[in-house]
Amino acid sequence: MFGNLSDRLSDTFKNLRGKGRLSSSDIDATLRDIRRALLEADVALEVVKDFIAAIRERALGDEVSKALNPAQQVVQIVNDELTKILGKENKRIQFAKSPPTVIMLAGLQGSGKTTLAGKLAKWLKEQNQTPLLVAADLQRPNAVTQLQVLGEKVGVPVFAPESGNGVGSPIKVAKDAIAHAKKAQFSVVIVDTAGRLGVDEEMMQQAIGIRDAVTPDEILFVVDSMLGQDAVNVAKAFKDGVGVSGVVLTKLDGDSRGGAALSVANITGAPILFSSTGEDLDSFEPFYPERMASRILDMGDVVSLIEQAQKTFDEEESKKLADKIANEEFTLQDFLEQMQQLRKMGNMKSLLGMLPGAGKMKQQLEDFDESEIARTEAIIYSMTPLERNGPKVLNGSRRMRIAKGAGTSVTEVNQLVNRFEQAAKVMKTMSKGGMPNIPGTNPVAMGGAVGGGYIGGKKSSKKKQGSKSGNPAKRAAENQGLSISQPPESKPGSAFGLRN
Amino acid sequence: MFKFLKRLRGKDVDASAPEQENQPAAIIEVLPELDVPAKDVAPVEQEAETKTQTTALKSDIVANNAESKEPDLVSVELPKRSLGTGIRSLFSDSMDIDELEDILILADFGVETAEEIATELKREANRQGATTDPELRLLLKDLLAKRLSRTDSALNLDDGTLPYVILVVGVNGAGKTTTIGKLARWLKDGDWEVVLGAADTYRAAAVDQLETWAKRADSPIVKPVKEGADPASVAYQTVEMAIRTQADIAIIDTAGRLQNKKDLMDELGKLRRAVEKQTKISEVLLVIDATNGQNAMSQARAFTEVAEVTGIVMTKLDGTAKGGILYALQKELNLPIKLVGVGEQINDFAFFSPEEFAKGLVAKK
Repeated sequence: MFGNLSDRLSDTFKNLRGKGRLSSSDIDATLRDIRRALLEADVALEVVKDFIAAIRERALGDEVSKALNPAQQVVQIVNDELTKILGKENKRIQFAKSPPTVIMLAGLQGSGKTTLAGKLAKWLKEQNQTPLLVAADLQRPNAVTQLQVLGEKVGVPVFAPESGNGVGSPIKVAKDAIAHAKKAQFSVVIVDTAGRLGVDEEMMQQAIGIRDAVTPDEILFVVDSMLGQDAVNVAKAFKDGVGVSGVVLTKLDGDSRGGAALSVANITGAPILFSSTGEDLDSFEPFYPERMASRILDMGDVVSLIEQAQKTFDEEESKKLADKIANEEFTLQDFLEQMQQLRKMGNMKSLLGMLPGAGKMKQQLEDFDESEIARTEAIIYSMTPLERNGPKVLNGSRRMRIAKGAGTSVTEVNQLVNRFEQAAKVMKTMSKGGMPNIPGTNPVAMGGAVGGGYIGGKKSSKKKQGSKSGNPAKRAAENQGLSISQPPESKPGSAFGLRN
Repeated sequence: MFKFLKRLRGKDVDASAPEQENQPAAIIEVLPELDVPAKDVAPVEQEAETKTQTTALKSDIVANNAESKEPDLVSVELPKRSLGTGIRSLFSDSMDIDELEDILILADFGVETAEEIATELKREANRQGATTDPELRLLLKDLLAKRLSRTDSALNLDDGTLPYVILVVGVNGAGKTTTIGKLARWLKDGDWEVVLGAADTYRAAAVDQLETWAKRADSPIVKPVKEGADPASVAYQTVEMAIRTQADIAIIDTAGRLQNKKDLMDELGKLRRAVEKQTKISEVLLVIDATNGQNAMSQARAFTEVAEVTGIVMTKLDGTAKGGILYALQKELNLPIKLVGVGEQINDFAFFSPEEFAKGLVAKK
């Protein structure tokens, strides 16, 4: 995500770290570096200028010169200012007092509006809302079909009286949609609109027409996180044109430095509500400004990770597993199930990318081969139940048979068994060592901190219910200190205890 | 104008001047289905830009041995499309040389490039004693045009190994499918036989989108049997069909992919190899959204590595984005900008012309 910007800033701060006093030339040099890093990260020039000015003013003031560790103080200031622009806390969608809540999407061509409409519908459905998708992009060829396909995938009805491709009035479609939603008692209406350029007067008038026809509770401005300097013009045009009540950042799973987030938040003054991080309809999450700021400073995003893990992981199964580990009954079969569960959480890369310090192992993350998991699966599937439950019986000829069955070599089978045995050993030690919060209680945790959050978090939440916050996010945050105490290994692919 | 080699067909030879000349413009206006005979009603401004010149080039027919299996080839020019007034000026009022660096940064040239150009311009201005606004503008225009022009910016459609295969790649939402639609229409206007391949089997309704463009461009399309089918096999079949039907050119659309997704990028390599089993790939066009900033560099690097990009199409230049990153792309990665997209209509694109681009950037409003 913001990895590259983090890298740049880490470099800059490396020079500052450990200095007892900062001279004003130290500060100037640092600010120059930050300016350049931000510009290369596509933060808009005028935003950079304001940002640098604000930091300079504070950095030259008392709070730095009197601080015990001035360098750290500068980091703190940068963090503060970043958070200030990105917004202090994560904002929620404003739901209307009397349904339906109307959400209108607007943005440039190709920013990802239609895909986002599908994701948003799915997300709202999971929140027990009854969303209706409205196909008001009658411009782009087959945008309507695309929305219909997405609607079908997520099980949300699509209001599409016009087939599009340049025919029909989007304003009328939007208007009719609201009437339909009221009659059929949908709780949320999501209006997908055509992509338009900020300078296209005619199209902007059309957007205003749609807005006036549906009186939306939220106008979400959908922004490609790869947007460059033009972010300022685009954001201004949409803000002054159709209006913007919230921002959604898309394609954050790319390697863009994401400076557009700063620019757009600064120009529109609207909160960033969501971030979209992949092509799956699940790759969608609320935007947490404070996490994003700390991510820019390379402090990782552990809280997000834990939440994601909690969403997917079956509590019962986790408990069963923890018991098994404690009783030394952990087998290859469990290993397999673990792996499959973890895979449900989504793409390994995006998970690993959320870990603190992950920015540095970015390249290794990119090289992580998802199919390695499939190969490991194949090896375990080629074992008999006896072998899975007691790997000790695995002699040479059994290994040979397994390798053949899995279409791989004996070496790979050996490696898997070795990794498993090591993992089991460490787990045993850990579970006996009585460190309930440090996971390591499952094989996955062996290679990195991935397993960190969830089993630990779950276990403790079971045991200590009441003593900690009932809010999973808060609880996770409380556990965070412990979860990250096990730093991720930097060996590529090691997060799974797997060879890459 | 660039010369291209395509198959010689009966109609190229028989083409009688006046009717044939106006037809493409008429088709563009009324869509292919309504194949009305061209009349003088063809809009004037369209005519100027899209006039096909095939007829004028009859004499350029390459004499081929009749017994030879090689197809008879004809050298053609494609209808001219112009950048026109699509590019917006960098300067809202008079040009201040001290602000040039910031202005170039704002146009997405990137910090380093902006510094370099600004320094160079100052030096040049001092040397020539240029101080007035028009002088400085001219100086900047010349500097940009000179540095942007290269000899390899034409499409590689002239080596005579038919069918030519064009692979179109890029990140999500860059404008690949739209670009293909425009390109196909334009080639049809030049009387080329085009086959489109919908190898974006991933995104919902991407195939339908290309199909709509195929209808507008009056070209056949090869579609996957079902959503999620192997894109490499669609690509293979597209080329197969192009060979079978003796088409001049096959254009293959691919799914958008972010350049840091290794598995998706590998898939592109596979697709490439599938096509190369039958014929060579003439052109791999990387489509880049002009509103993207410095990330375009990372895109170009990654795609070049796996897909051996031969040229860049810069889209959405009709907005407020200046696409300054194309300067760095050409310079650092040695990749020519070949085409630019300037709108959603089927004719809204052009060959990249450094001169026109530079002129647009320094123009006085």
